[in-house]
Amino acid sequence: MNINLTLIVQMVVFGLLVFGTMQWIWPHILNAMHERQQKIAQGLAAAEQGEESLSQARSKADDIVREARERANQIIDHAQHRANELVEEAKGTATTEGGRLVAAAQQQIQLDTTRARESLRREVAGIAVGAASRLLGREIDARTHADLLDQLATQI
Amino acid sequence: MTGMAAAEQGGGGATEYIVHHSTFLSNKAPHGIVDFSVINYDTVFFSVLLALVFFGLFWWVARRATTGVPGITQSLIEWLVEKVDEQVRDTFHGTNKLIAPLGLTLFCWIFLFNFMDLVPVDLLPTMARGVGVEHLKVVPSTDLNATFALSLTVFILIIFYSLKMKGVVGFVSELTLQPFSAKNPFVQALLVPVNFILESVTFLARPVSLSLRLYGNLYAGEMIFLLIAALTLSHGLHSLATIGGWLGIVGQFILGMVWTIFHILIITIQAFIFAVLTVVYLSMAHEHH
Repeated sequence: MNINLTLIVQMVVFGLLVFGTMQWIWPHILNAMHERQQKIAQGLAAAEQGEESLSQARSKADDIVREARERANQIIDHAQHRANELVEEAKGTATTEGGRLVAAAQQQIQLDTTRARESLRREVAGIAVGAASRLLGREIDARTHADLLDQLATQI
Repeated sequence: MTGMAAAEQGGGGATEYIVHHSTFLSNKAPHGIVDFSVINYDTVFFSVLLALVFFGLFWWVARRATTGVPGITQSLIEWLVEKVDEQVRDTFHGTNKLIAPLGLTLFCWIFLFNFMDLVPVDLLPTMARGVGVEHLKVVPSTDLNATFALSLTVFILIIFYSLKMKGVVGFVSELTLQPFSAKNPFVQALLVPVNFILESVTFLARPVSLSLRLYGNLYAGEMIFLLIAALTLSHGLHSLATIGGWLGIVGQFILGMVWTIFHILIITIQAFIFAVLTVVYLSMAHEHH
């Protein structure tokens, strides 16, 4: 065992090796590790953010659905109301129209009745006058006996 | 079993076996403790090879690193990088682009050094002998040159950052004005040499303890593997016919397995200690007292 040139050679090799490690190995590996660390941190942050925005979107969707449902209910209520109104209106119109038709028909009936009664009266008066003149044997001057005839006619 | 080849080749003897395995593949035999004309080819070869394994794997992953879902290899590498980064952040609070990569390199490279200890002790040397290479030590961290190269580089960095962050005056005063200080300037002047001796020992002990701790643990670990392998050293094929021979083989297998499993812990801890202490020393170099 002795100290010899090997010592110097080994020191040179060691120096070169340390230099090489410092220059070409250490920074690369450490950088890769740090970059990965950052990536993971970013990924986690993004995941958290995504989760948050998902829950936000979910509550927003809930709101929208609730609003839509309310609006639909409103529309249905409104439509029902309007339908009821329309039915009522139609009922009213129909009643009025029916009343009017009934009134017109009654009027017509009354008119016809009056007209019939008048003609009947005239006819009866004529028959009565005829019968009377036959009984009296002479003609009754319609004009002179107009008063009488009218009186009769009203009595009939 | 692994000892057989050496036994046949070396002609027997545990001492010779161990000495053979403790000899480096060098350009020539060293003279004395320090001899800069000698170089251990095996240490340099395996540490460069392992450096390429480390750098190749990490560079491949770094180049293909995705910021998306990582694969298994990338996850493993990233886990390691993250652990080193955490460790550095825990002890060091300044900004320094060098310390964390230095810690990572130290841990991985030393771990790979030590991992060579788990390769069966005779496998690679026997293969090397097959191509005509006589000696081969495959564990770089059992070479003092390799461990001192690491700790001396760290030591130079400690001095560099101490001077850079505190200035010459700050660095010198750190070595001389503590741990003992006095309000009286005369007493203080007397305390300076005492402080200097204490602090210098502490300071110089860092690289020595770093490298010797690693070297000692791994050298001892390898020595135990060699001793376990030496259990069947003098056994040839004829030992399969005797009960003692079988006991030796089974004993070696069990001991080797237990020590290997235990050694997994040791090699990891030693690599970890080296890297963490380096980070601690360098962060101390950055701090003002």
